[in-house]
Amino acid sequence: MAVCIAVIAKENYPLFIRSVPVQNELKFHYTVHTSLDVVEEKISAVGKAMADQRELYLGLLYPTEDYKVYGYVTNSKVKFVIVVDSSNTSLRDNEIRSMFRKLHNSFTDVMCNPFYNPGDTIQSKAFDSIVSAMMVQAS
Amino acid sequence: MESLTLTDVEQKYYSDLFVYCDTDNTKKVASNGKVLDLFRAAQLPSEVVLQITELCGATRLGHFGRSQFYIALKLIAVAQSGLPLRVESLNSVKDLPLPRFVVAKNEQEARHTAMYPDLENQGPYQGVIPRPPGRGQVKKVSAHEVIQPCVPTVEPQPDTTSPVVSPHQSPPTSPHAWRKHKRQASGGNVERPPVVVAGAVWTPFREVQSGPVVVGDGMWSAHSPPPVQESWVSLKDTYPPSSSKMPPMHLSPVQVENSSIRTVASITTANEIQRQSSSGYDDPWKITDEQRQYYINQFKTIQPDLNGFIPGSAAKEFFTKSKLPILELSHIWELSDFDKDGALTLDEFCAAFHLVVARKNGYDLPEKLPESLMPKLIDLDDSAEVPDQAPDVGYSGSPVEVTPNKSPMPSLNQTWPDLNQGNEQWETFSERSSSSQTLTQFDSNIAPADPDTAIVHPVPIRMTPSKIHMQEMELKRTGSDHTHPTSPLMAKPPELSEETKLATSMKILMFFTKGDGYSSSDSYTSDQDPITSVVTRQRSNSGTSPEGLKVAAAPPPPPPRPNASHSRSSSLDMNRNFAAHPTGPQQSGVVACPPAIPPRPLPTQTSGPHSGHRSDEGLAAHSTTSPQQIPEQPNFADFSQFQAFAASDQPSDDGEKHPESLPVRAGPLRTVKIDNQEERAAATVNSAKGSIMAPPPKPVRRRLKSEDELQDEALPPKSNVIATVLATLPSIPRSVGKDKKAIQASIRRNKETNTVLARLNSELQQQLKDLLEERISLEVQLEQLRPFSHL
Repeated sequence: MAVCIAVIAKENYPLFIRSVPVQNELKFHYTVHTSLDVVEEKISAVGKAMADQRELYLGLLYPTEDYKVYGYVTNSKVKFVIVVDSSNTSLRDNEIRSMFRKLHNSFTDVMCNPFYNPGDTIQSKAFDSIVSAMMVQAS
Repeated sequence: MESLTLTDVEQKYYSDLFVYCDTDNTKKVASNGKVLDLFRAAQLPSEVVLQITELCGATRLGHFGRSQFYIALKLIAVAQSGLPLRVESLNSVKDLPLPRFVVAKNEQEARHTAMYPDLENQGPYQGVIPRPPGRGQVKKVSAHEVIQPCVPTVEPQPDTTSPVVSPHQSPPTSPHAWRKHKRQASGGNVERPPVVVAGAVWTPFREVQSGPVVVGDGMWSAHSPPPVQESWVSLKDTYPPSSSKMPPMHLSPVQVENSSIRTVASITTANEIQRQSSSGYDDPWKITDEQRQYYINQFKTIQPDLNGFIPGSAAKEFFTKSKLPILELSHIWELSDFDKDGALTLDEFCAAFHLVVARKNGYDLPEKLPESLMPKLIDLDDSAEVPDQAPDVGYSGSPVEVTPNKSPMPSLNQTWPDLNQGNEQWETFSERSSSSQTLTQFDSNIAPADPDTAIVHPVPIRMTPSKIHMQEMELKRTGSDHTHPTSPLMAKPPELSEETKLATSMKILMFFTKGDGYSSSDSYTSDQDPITSVVTRQRSNSGTSPEGLKVAAAPPPPPPRPNASHSRSSSLDMNRNFAAHPTGPQQSGVVACPPAIPPRPLPTQTSGPHSGHRSDEGLAAHSTTSPQQIPEQPNFADFSQFQAFAASDQPSDDGEKHPESLPVRAGPLRTVKIDNQEERAAATVNSAKGSIMAPPPKPVRRRLKSEDELQDEALPPKSNVIATVLATLPSIPRSVGKDKKAIQASIRRNKETNTVLARLNSELQQQLKDLLEERISLEVQLEQLRPFSHL
């Protein structure tokens, strides 16, 4: 169950950010922003290998005392960032991967919509519902 | 005041109206404001209203008492029917229709929408929907409407030009009390918009006063305006807030007496309506034949092939003309693109169009695609059948809850007599709006790769290769080619994901393997590719598909492992053997896989004389090669067996020279298996069997001596030792069918020979080192002796 889910465009501006404890939203925005550096680092680390060989799932980007940040990059350099609570130890890597997969699928559906202009913020209800399903239930 | 005689119906009606106007609840006096509103709603010229009020005595009294009110109402009826207003007309006019009132906006909103039957929702809806209101031109939309189920209470709004788009426009006319009204008291807000829409739609309708009143199943064929009007007349009614209390019954007699056309129809339609309304909320979303035909025509303008797709960009352009906000169009697209492929099939297109029309008419978009719009449901037109839609829909299980049942509701066949008129409206998509918007140029790299295809790599799972290998080789030998390739595969049934396609992919895999047989095991991975690609195409929005695919791409068996331990040592001998006996099916088989032959002879010894032949050769190879490498360490526990093997080896040597003595060889082999001791005895005693066996040891020895002079004399015994080790193979009961035991035995033997050969190898290496050192030393000496020549 994520605490915050963000979709960042290729140019590193957010297409979609949603966090559950709404009052701390700014903190999560900042966290996601700083995690972009780590993402860039991981992407460039592959170096000569072609992008296809690079795995889409980046794994744990960096942990803090409160939460952990996971990253995922698509082949078109769209980044997904999930922030989960550190106290939630039951989340396994596979679950995070499946969350990213679902995000990627619904993101693809949004992209397929001809009325969606790439670069716009994502306002799709279907996408919202998928994200809500993944978020921690609002306390 | 003249006394007023009212019929029962009128009495009831008036009393209800009075109650309606009696906002102060005085039961005696109707509030002026309300009454005046009511009178205004009667749509009579104001001077007539004044006249009426004067006549009824209200002006005199200053207020509307019950009697005045009743008189006024009667006068209104008189006026509405076109008769001159006169006091005496109150009682003289017989069969006066009830006064009609158009409920004003305010009153309308005061009405509880619950009063509106679902049917009206359907009605207006269906009526409205075909009107993809010329995108904004409501007026014409009208006509058909509606009225669906006989609720011709289309009281035209005073404002007849209200645009359809606005969902919050003035509420429609008040439907009079139907039985249904009571039933659907719990309609709720959802019905509001449709009613509103209906109202808007109805206003023009009233103006036009044409078109049929559609009633449930009963289609009222084109009606002339007068009867329609009449129906309105009869049905029109103010909408008292307590309409739920209003006995509907009083209306029906009115209807009956008024319109002969409608009487039966109205009752039937009322029933019909009730049935339909009870069916549920989705009915408004039903697409009628006519609508569907229109949609199909529109589809054809974009894509002539009805079974084809409309690409997303074309659809975007088309629907942008509707001037709906992009966000809503985006949502409509999400709802209607059922298979999420970025293109619209005919069904999807009709659903999208329907939603656009509904939205244009003010209906809120649903969160989920309504059942009646789902592509694989009803298709009233056979021409709109899209066959490829079904499989896609069938496969996509998770994303949309698909209800397979067709709507049980009887299709509301509504014909719109004003079709032509409507059509003109339908074509009036405003073209200009789209011109300013250029098609979105997608970034070439934005289109995300299908994650499933990227993730999926067939992961071959290694099964125990050697065992399988042995099995397969053996099976192949025995001729059961068609079974063996699949048996190892079947041994590990892949986990089937929920996608049914995987099952077929598995079958395809099986087919491939079947056809190719084991020889093409190397090409298994290539066979996987089409399978996985086929499966990945079924990206049915299931996140587990990559996993399923991984599993489904059943790991092919590993390519045949050449038995390395034997290939090196046996290749030369095998070649020699082959050269000696180029004929024979088994030999050809053996030739085909020379490196793999050596191990085979061991298990195949149990399978039959044919294999026995080969095994002989193999054994011969073993025996011939191993002796060469036998180290001088006779510390093997199996030495005794080697001797027996050597005995059996000899027949194999003979076999090379005497192909016709196959059965004879088999004989000795069998005997060897049965009793090693006999073998040894035969070898030593040179009995009848041994006569065959005896010579072989000699050639073996001869071979040994000839091939390796450095070897000690102990080598022959070593060769015998090793031969006996190999001879243990025949000791295994040759019961056909005990392949497993044979394999295990062969494994054991192989291991033993491995150890033996490893030792041999190490010792030979040691010897080689020694020799090299000697050589170096000799060379040094030579160099030392040479300087004289150099100098």
